[in-house]
Amino acid sequence: MDKVKLATVWLAGCSGCHMSFLDLDEWLFEVAKFADIVYSPVGSDLKDYPEDVDVCLVEGAVANEENLELIYTVRERTKLLISFGDCAVTANVPAMRNMLGSTEPVLKRCYLELGDETSQLPHEPGIVPELLDRVRPVHELVSVDLFIPGCPPSAPRIQAAIEPLLKGEKPVMEGREMLKFG
Amino acid sequence: MSVVTLKINDIDVAVEAGTTLLDAAKEAGVRIPTLCHLDGVSDVGACRLCLVQIEGIPKLLPACVTEATEGMNVTTETPELQEYRRMVVEMLFAEGNHVCAVCVANEHCELQDVAIEVGMDHTRFTYRFPEREVDISHPQFGIDHNRCILCTRCVRVCDEIEGAHVWDVSGRGPAAKVITGLNQPWGDVDACTACGKCVDACPTGSIFRKGTTVAEIDRDRGKLDFLVTAREEKKWTR
Ligand code: SF4
Ligand code: SF4
Ligand code: FES
Repeated sequence: MDKVKLATVWLAGCSGCHMSFLDLDEWLFEVAKFADIVYSPVGSDLKDYPEDVDVCLVEGAVANEENLELIYTVRERTKLLISFGDCAVTANVPAMRNMLGSTEPVLKRCYLELGDETSQLPHEPGIVPELLDRVRPVHELVSVDLFIPGCPPSAPRIQAAIEPLLKGEKPVMEGREMLKFG
Repeated sequence: MSVVTLKINDIDVAVEAGTTLLDAAKEAGVRIPTLCHLDGVSDVGACRLCLVQIEGIPKLLPACVTEATEGMNVTTETPELQEYRRMVVEMLFAEGNHVCAVCVANEHCELQDVAIEVGMDHTRFTYRFPEREVDISHPQFGIDHNRCILCTRCVRVCDEIEGAHVWDVSGRGPAAKVITGLNQPWGDVDACTACGKCVDACPTGSIFRKGTTVAEIDRDRGKLDFLVTAREEKKWTR
């Protein structure tokens, strides 16, 4: 059997889901037996998302233009896209700025009011991605094939969800161990 | 006392006339998910989670406010009911602002529990992200309206058990919210005895004791039911 081409991407999230993935510890050797990590902030040096990915774990909400571009590319090039963790599934903490209505109050607060004496709003088109008006969960933008809630999902939950996938089966997402948010 | 007999999921059960379908189901050992129901206070049928199907009745009815009648044939789990329950919970999550990871009630929240029970892995509704307030004017307690699901349990415990009627509901539709006093800051309401019954009643992280942080809430739901039984049946110990 060909190895599964596995990718992980990191959008607007704290990287906790990825840390939890690394918490799989020695089970990562099992992952390596069944899968090639083709793109990942914690497992590969590639900068461009490759073609023909089998499974991708997406951490984080969609909060800026870069996230948006990447999630469309991921959807186009991936067979099974997984919303990985509460930020991807619900938009979670990154979306708490949505309650303020626009990006302006957040940028002002962070970069002007709390800045030092040379404080200024970040504006570097093409280099610093602009914030989107509203932070959104992944499935509001592209279709998602599997949801793994949790902030972060625990290593056992991640294992229970991806172990069947590596063998071409669908995991059963049921019960507290698999579904509890937060 | 007159007795009625009925069938719930094909289980025969006999209950006192006037018993709700929810209590009859309990009698039959059948669990129906609920959110606005709270043992010890009246039922209002606000959350619609307890909807059941009754033979011969074209619409689904909430078990907590429907009386068991002779010969009823009730079904509590059908694909249609399961789908509606899941939709109800998904709408509650999309309606308010629920960020479980940073919530006082994380791990001890009835909304989280029912989300698990109905198998919700995400919400299919677009999140509203409404602008809602937090009131921490009370010396001991706070209310975060972002997490309120308008179950009115706080309203009912305060009115029916404590007899203070500090809480009420104002507004309609998306503007509906629970208020204290005459829509005053909670801390300004003289009628509040600071008994904390609303804190014990709230199913979510909406009403909390000050000083409680993420996942720390520790509620005593049984206390409310105990107080009512104590009064009615003169059972003074727990
Ligand atoms: S009230 Fe419950 S569902 Fe809402 S954020 Fe808190 S823990 Fe999550
Ligand atoms: S504050 Fe709590 S108890 Fe009161 S209506 Fe809201 S969720 Fe229910
Ligand atoms: S428990 Fe019956 S409607 Fe809420």
